[in-house]
Amino acid sequence: MRLFGHRLNVTATIGLALIIIYAAVAILAPLIAPYGQADIVGDAWADPDKLHWLGLDNLGRDILSRLIYGARLSIGLSVLITCLAFFLGIVAGFSAAALGGWVDMVLSRVVDLLLSMPLLIFAFMILSVLGTDIPVLIGTIAILNSTLVFRLARAVAMNIASLEFVEAAKVRGEGLWWIIRREILPNAIPPLVAEFGLRFCFILLLVAALSFLGLGIQPPLADWGSMVKDYRDMINLDSPAPLYPAGAIALLTVGVNFVVDWMLAIHSKGYGEGA
Amino acid sequence: MLRLIGQRFGLGLITLFAASVLIFAGTEILPGDLASAILQNNATPESLAAMRRDLGLDRPAYVRYGEWLGGAVHGDFGKSLANNRGVAEEIGPRLKNTLFLALYAALIAVPLAVGLGLLAAIRQGGVYDRLVNVVTLMTISVPEYFLAYILIKYLAVGWGIFPSLANVTPDTSFLDRLDLGFLPMMTLVLVIVAHMMRMTRASVLAVMASPYIEMALLKGLPKWRIVVQHAFPNALAPIINVIALNLAYLVTGVVVVEAVFVYPGLGQLMVDAVSKHDVPVVQACGLLFAAAFIMLNMTADILAIMSNPRLRHPR
Amino acid sequence: MSEPRAGEEILNVDKLRIEAKSERGASVLVDDVSFTLKRGDVLGLIGESGAGKSTIGLSTLGYTRSGCYITGGSILFEGRDIRTMSATERRDLRGHGVAYIAQSAAASFNPAMTIMDQVCEVAVRQGLMTPDDARVEAVSLFRQLDLPSPDTFGDRYPHQVSGGQLQRAMAAMAMAAKPDLLVFDEPTTALDVTTQVEVLAAFRKLIREHGTAALYITHDLAVVAQIADRIMVLRYGKMVELGTAAQVLYAPKEDYTKRLVAERTFGHSAAQADQSQELPLLSVEHVSASYAKFANVINDVSIDIWRGDTLAVVGESGSGKSTLARVVIGLLPRHKGDIRFEGKSLPARLADRPKEQLRRVQMIYQIPDVALNPRQTLLEIIGRPVRFYFRRNAEQVQARVVELLKLIDLPESFIGRYPTELSGGQKQRVSIARALAAEPDLIICDEVTSALDQLVGEEILRLLKRLQDELGVAYLFITHDLGTVKRIANKVAVMLKGQLVASGSTAEVFAPPYHPYTELLLSSVPQMRADWLDEVLARRKVPAPMRTPVT
Repeated sequence: MRLFGHRLNVTATIGLALIIIYAAVAILAPLIAPYGQADIVGDAWADPDKLHWLGLDNLGRDILSRLIYGARLSIGLSVLITCLAFFLGIVAGFSAAALGGWVDMVLSRVVDLLLSMPLLIFAFMILSVLGTDIPVLIGTIAILNSTLVFRLARAVAMNIASLEFVEAAKVRGEGLWWIIRREILPNAIPPLVAEFGLRFCFILLLVAALSFLGLGIQPPLADWGSMVKDYRDMINLDSPAPLYPAGAIALLTVGVNFVVDWMLAIHSKGYGEGA
Repeated sequence: MLRLIGQRFGLGLITLFAASVLIFAGTEILPGDLASAILQNNATPESLAAMRRDLGLDRPAYVRYGEWLGGAVHGDFGKSLANNRGVAEEIGPRLKNTLFLALYAALIAVPLAVGLGLLAAIRQGGVYDRLVNVVTLMTISVPEYFLAYILIKYLAVGWGIFPSLANVTPDTSFLDRLDLGFLPMMTLVLVIVAHMMRMTRASVLAVMASPYIEMALLKGLPKWRIVVQHAFPNALAPIINVIALNLAYLVTGVVVVEAVFVYPGLGQLMVDAVSKHDVPVVQACGLLFAAAFIMLNMTADILAIMSNPRLRHPR
Repeated sequence: MSEPRAGEEILNVDKLRIEAKSERGASVLVDDVSFTLKRGDVLGLIGESGAGKSTIGLSTLGYTRSGCYITGGSILFEGRDIRTMSATERRDLRGHGVAYIAQSAAASFNPAMTIMDQVCEVAVRQGLMTPDDARVEAVSLFRQLDLPSPDTFGDRYPHQVSGGQLQRAMAAMAMAAKPDLLVFDEPTTALDVTTQVEVLAAFRKLIREHGTAALYITHDLAVVAQIADRIMVLRYGKMVELGTAAQVLYAPKEDYTKRLVAERTFGHSAAQADQSQELPLLSVEHVSASYAKFANVINDVSIDIWRGDTLAVVGESGSGKSTLARVVIGLLPRHKGDIRFEGKSLPARLADRPKEQLRRVQMIYQIPDVALNPRQTLLEIIGRPVRFYFRRNAEQVQARVVELLKLIDLPESFIGRYPTELSGGQKQRVSIARALAAEPDLIICDEVTSALDQLVGEEILRLLKRLQDELGVAYLFITHDLGTVKRIANKVAVMLKGQLVASGSTAEVFAPPYHPYTELLLSSVPQMRADWLDEVLARRKVPAPMRTPVT
């Protein structure tokens, strides 16, 4: 199998397959899920049987169905936040690299400041004041993550901008927009795509961690993180219930990381030859 | 070199100061201040104003910031809104618990990770190396609580070797603490060892690929001597950096792990405070976490400066 | 090791074959190469990149780079086959039997250890000397190599000494365990010409005094002429010619060798620009410029270029020659002086120049790999200036690109290719086509051949010359290579530390009476005559006042 003109290795193939399956599940959730996510279909903590493969939860809802619907919320939200973070980060990062001077200076210092604290702790501070509504959650996490995207985008753009084909375009008299669009962006895409994968995982984990701690998505909505929280006590009764949502997160992030690792490897091979 | 270290130290202090401003501003100036947080939905404009006056919120923000920071420097973080106890008293024992856990994890994780990372670098491309790559890639991608619940399911509930809840109290003995803290520690170790190993391996390989290592080979030196004398001193700076970065990562990892094991640390306190809008406690915890994070990053940079031969022996 | 006897055979390489194996299959790096080396012999290995010179050199130490394997033949060192040695025997051989001197001393010295520790390491570790004896020996080697303050030189760290000194220190490191064979791998290629002379002389003295056999690997025939008794010419891993130095240099048998030799002796460019024009095309008048707050990188420089001229700006690294090019093009604004194009002052900043002025001055870069966008096809790369400056439609652009490809001798079918699919020389041709697409009056060439192999660079120079004859374009040629200057330029400007020290027609500047620095530069360019180095050294006994400190 090939992707971007390169052969996929075993782990990357597994990763890609996982991503495709998750995406399909998230999109087709209502068609796949045997029950509705809020339907009470039996007794609380009923054991798995033929109709309910993973058993029932604390309110007697089908765990499998909730996992499938949870994919929608968890993945959808993370993708949305990642896109937002990338939009902000890339626009700011490229502007800083292209304009330089005080624009670069101010943006870079602001980012340094935001990164002077651990991201999770920073998110806590903001959520403690603004509360945990979904829009607040989206905005906070997107802005905090855009700082990391900013750093990468700026470094990548500066790196490429120092290459002579960009200088040649400048000397030719090309405008800034053309240079960014035609000379820099096509060369910046591979590292940015890899970063998108890593950021997505990080954000998925962050949202889930917040939900797990009770500071993220609030009931009655359910994402994987809050499912772990709801089922956590069952672990002491030797039930694997909290492992299902936690495993769902783990499997997806592992898949994405497999693909990203492969992409980074081919990218680092692409340039520069040893003498 | 001293000047560079001085500069980095100064930068660290400035960053800490800036972070404190940010923490204060973040929790005090954003819409929805302390008074409305306390009164919640019962707030009428009159009661809000009265509450603001009681709390001294009607004074300018910079005055209140000055008081807060002045107090914080002396270990006085004000009073908790939830139970009206001094924040410092509340934090003291929990800070100790968290430091204990972090240190416990670090002492085991650092030697383990550096050792295994070196081994992977020496066996580069071999079966062990490839296995390590896949396993660590998986470990760094999964959430902490996934690892934690797997450990609990097998080691605590399944085989009953270790306790699943780490409910330490101030009079728990040292040995009991080691036992109670074992699973939280294991979880943290699993997470940061993978990170540290990968980074150690990468930095050693980068050094091993440099021409002076080839030169040492061509000089007929034995392999152990090349690694010890030629590669290690140059890989030291990146490895130190790796360690500091991962310890800084522990700062966040500890929050989730404490929640899983109901371990009475700073992270748990902060999570509780956030859900109760207990601003003074949130501020104090935030400042402590930020300070730890900033100091670790600063230490990494200073150690890297100190191990750079170009800076140690200027022209 | 046994008692040295002159004339005793110490190395015998027979039908050597080395292959590289990768996922894509095997490729042959060295094939059927045989030679012998007697004590005191110096054999020069000559060839372009990919000829397998370094691979052969390293194989005599029983070493191959990762992915490469010796798959045939034998390498006998003092009668023992290196291929069948155990790891311990091989370690013993290295440093003590055969020692290696690499191209870049800066990279080959460990930055975290003193020079002394690294020089003594082999002799002490292999139990040949006590640490004290090794130090005494090292100091004596430093002295023989003309290193400054030899008694304390070794206490410094590699970054604390200059490049030329470090290169000599590497020779000391190689000699420390008194090896029977030295392998020099392009040891002077990274140095400036004036430094090269000193280092070369030090190497030769060392080899002669110790009677050590040597393999001297280089791409430069003139360098090898000074030091080797015999020369082997290699191409694509195969032996082309093996003979005495005199025979290979003066009476080469093979075509390839003849071309290499001819390249070194290629004559003057006689072309003279039409001097009847009223105004120079470009005149730089008393220009000074600097980066940020630093002192002037170029200071009060004035040059004129006329239509059809080729003006070469020469100088060593740090002379400010590339900065001059950047000032002319407007990337670095001048802060004093004026630059006129056909009499009209050019704005100092690139952004202030109108498109038409930009079109008329184009630039070609040193490293073609980074000068072309790897994600654009040749049609996009060469077509863009056509579209940008002349507003042609897609069809006209395509037709013009085809025309330009023909002009630079590339097949029309290349139009859809990406730069990564081309060789270095082909990429540089594309850069030229991109410059020509703007139909400029002046092209600035910044070290355009220095990243290319000799013969490829030679073809590029010929192409530039032909294009000038056909199109009448003027060149501003930035280079450190005086050979290139003599071949292509009718005018020359010599720069030293940001200042112009001599300028005028090439014939005038390069003939007596010289400016002392010009003379130093000229005399430092290796010549094929075997007695050249002796002559230069004899003349240098008089202190050279303009000798530049090189870092």
